[in-house]
Amino acid sequence: MARRVRPGRSGAALVIAMGTLAAACAAPGSNSPQPQATGTSAVSKAPACGSAPITMNGYFETGFPLPKALTTEFTKQHPNVTWNVREDQFAVITQNAPRVLADNPPDLMRLPQVSELVKDNLLKNLDGYATAFGWDKWPASQLEQLRLGPGGRPRGEGSLYALGLNMSMTGVFYNKKLAAQIGMTTPPATLAELDEVLAKAKNAGITPIVQFNGGATGGLAFPLQSLMAAYGPTGPINDWIFQKPGATIDTPSNQQAVQHLEKWIKAGYFQKDVNAVDYATMMSRFIDGQGLIMFNGDWESGNLDKQMPGNVGFTLMPPAQQGGKRAAMSAPLAFGIAANAKNADCAAFFLNWVATDKRAREIGVEIGGSRPMGPADAYMPEVAADKVTASTLEAGADIAKDNGAMDFIANATGAIYAKSWTPNLQKLVAGKQTAQGLLTAVQADYARQLEGN
Amino acid sequence: MPRSAHRRPAAGRLRGARGLAGWLFVLPALAFYAVFVLRPIALTLQYSLYDWDGIGPSTWVGAANYGKVFTDPDLFDSLVNAFKLIVFFSAIPVVLGLAIAATIRRIAASRLALVARTVLFLPQVIPLVAAGIAWSWLLASTGVINQLLSLVGLGGVTRAWLGDFATALPAVGMIGAWVLLGLCTLLLLAGMSKIDPALYEAARLDGAGPWREFVSITVPSLRQEIAVCVTVTVIAALASFDIIYIATQGGPGNTTMVPGLQIFYLAFSEREVGTASALAVVLMVLVIACALPIQWFAKDGNK
Repeated sequence: MARRVRPGRSGAALVIAMGTLAAACAAPGSNSPQPQATGTSAVSKAPACGSAPITMNGYFETGFPLPKALTTEFTKQHPNVTWNVREDQFAVITQNAPRVLADNPPDLMRLPQVSELVKDNLLKNLDGYATAFGWDKWPASQLEQLRLGPGGRPRGEGSLYALGLNMSMTGVFYNKKLAAQIGMTTPPATLAELDEVLAKAKNAGITPIVQFNGGATGGLAFPLQSLMAAYGPTGPINDWIFQKPGATIDTPSNQQAVQHLEKWIKAGYFQKDVNAVDYATMMSRFIDGQGLIMFNGDWESGNLDKQMPGNVGFTLMPPAQQGGKRAAMSAPLAFGIAANAKNADCAAFFLNWVATDKRAREIGVEIGGSRPMGPADAYMPEVAADKVTASTLEAGADIAKDNGAMDFIANATGAIYAKSWTPNLQKLVAGKQTAQGLLTAVQADYARQLEGN
Repeated sequence: MPRSAHRRPAAGRLRGARGLAGWLFVLPALAFYAVFVLRPIALTLQYSLYDWDGIGPSTWVGAANYGKVFTDPDLFDSLVNAFKLIVFFSAIPVVLGLAIAATIRRIAASRLALVARTVLFLPQVIPLVAAGIAWSWLLASTGVINQLLSLVGLGGVTRAWLGDFATALPAVGMIGAWVLLGLCTLLLLAGMSKIDPALYEAARLDGAGPWREFVSITVPSLRQEIAVCVTVTVIAALASFDIIYIATQGGPGNTTMVPGLQIFYLAFSEREVGTASALAVVLMVLVIACALPIQWFAKDGNK
């Protein structure tokens, strides 16, 4: 039954195969999105959701209930608007963002680092909406991190490409019971006092700091940046994060910060297995009372109020000098509108509603635990004074006063966290990287990544 | 089979129709192969020659991405790590698998053999992600492994196995060995059942002990099965991703970074699709370069 295959037939197969391959011949990205006209012309006078039934496509982060709570309330107030929401882990959103924005543009999306998305013309320019709704009259610090120059660089100035649902902020959470045990009655006012508290805890057999630093997420970046802000001004750190020309992270005051962190590591203030601890493990250890302090953000205040009521305090990182300015990593929970979104006007209306509606602001505080966006004199919901949420909101006001908001050093480029801060901080813990070498290495990676873009 | 074709009188038409029918049968598979295997490979080859972020316009850079794969210490180290993993993913499962299969064969009739076979093969049934999670709990600083070590007085060596620079790679290697041991054991056991018992009888008459039997009869007869085991496990080592992504994500400090993970990070977090594609092509070539000699080795034995 041997059958000979005639060349014509195999030729046909070859044609099929080559045909599919031929589709690959154009240079990749040749059909990439083109820049849209910027400016205000495209925006109607009062963008709104209208009265006709409308379905909004949302792409939100799993594990954070705030956006869902807000969209639910929004639908209650505007029944013609329904939400079709897809959720993913933040890491997945980061990896998917460009393709999702290009292929299946959501009306409203939780955004990762935005520089490269703006460079690829994937996000709607919100300048028109900012003028129409008066966002440009809000405190500038709320919008600064979401402003980008042409082509995505530098950040911190230029057109607005996203808006926060609230302003989250980081600092020091402490376990009140353990603090009382070692005689800490008021939060430390200087770095030296903090050192003293940590040493006392260590001597009392209490783990001074629970932190995460395992896998691809080096959580020691939290205490490190806090130390940077304690030793030096925030301006140069922001310049570096915003990719301003000539900015460097390798400065003398940042060197002092890394040395201080190294001192903490060598003194055994972190758990021995910190290089294997992930974020969830850190949270469960802190809630379990396994350590005195934790460097983390106010997105956990609501959760901590629930898990360890009355037993958790919050303070900003104390400055190196008595009475020095306080600073914190503080960033808007950024949401943006895809460049080709179908219902951009309604999405913008929603973002404005989140910042200005009374009930929305209450939800933002109750569920989000952070300061709402909006005008400086806007309605501020009351929070019981014994709740840690009250302390974090108050701290947010202090930071605004001292102009001490910094973006997170992990947000400088899309890959700087996983590929540079994390391995270098893990090496610092293991004694395989020096304080001097760490900043040099990160700066070199940063320069290479900017060059590559 | 098109029955009508059999009844057709004209031979030429018959052959033509049957040939065509044959191609029609192959067509769906061929189409899938072309679209989901050949096309991605061709696209990867093409992307590897460009500097591209996955969305925007691309720039032709020729072989520069390949140069980067071999000169960037981060990328090159990940290739080195993949070869280190071969020790754990291949050597341990094959050697241990041989020993275990030989043991199980000796007790083949007992119920214990059935239990042992089932327990050893179980890891193959469990999804790798679940295995990775379970093992990262076992290997944690307060995990069962450290508890056992402390129990027998070895509290001094306890550590966070996956978070220690010296032990992270061997630790993920052991997870891989645990997963692949069952597969190798089962394959080798199946091969052993094919060996003619007369050979063993003859050897015993000649005064051979169990060790001599193992070396002179069992291992040579299993040449092909061993080749299959080595091929499968070497590919698993070089192309490893899931276990490491779950257990360490390449940390601490890149000590467990492997090409599969590096490609993923390059393409989706650094958005350097060109470099990622170049590394993928290099990895593909390496896998073929490692697998082909093993195949030849197996064939030679057959002559």
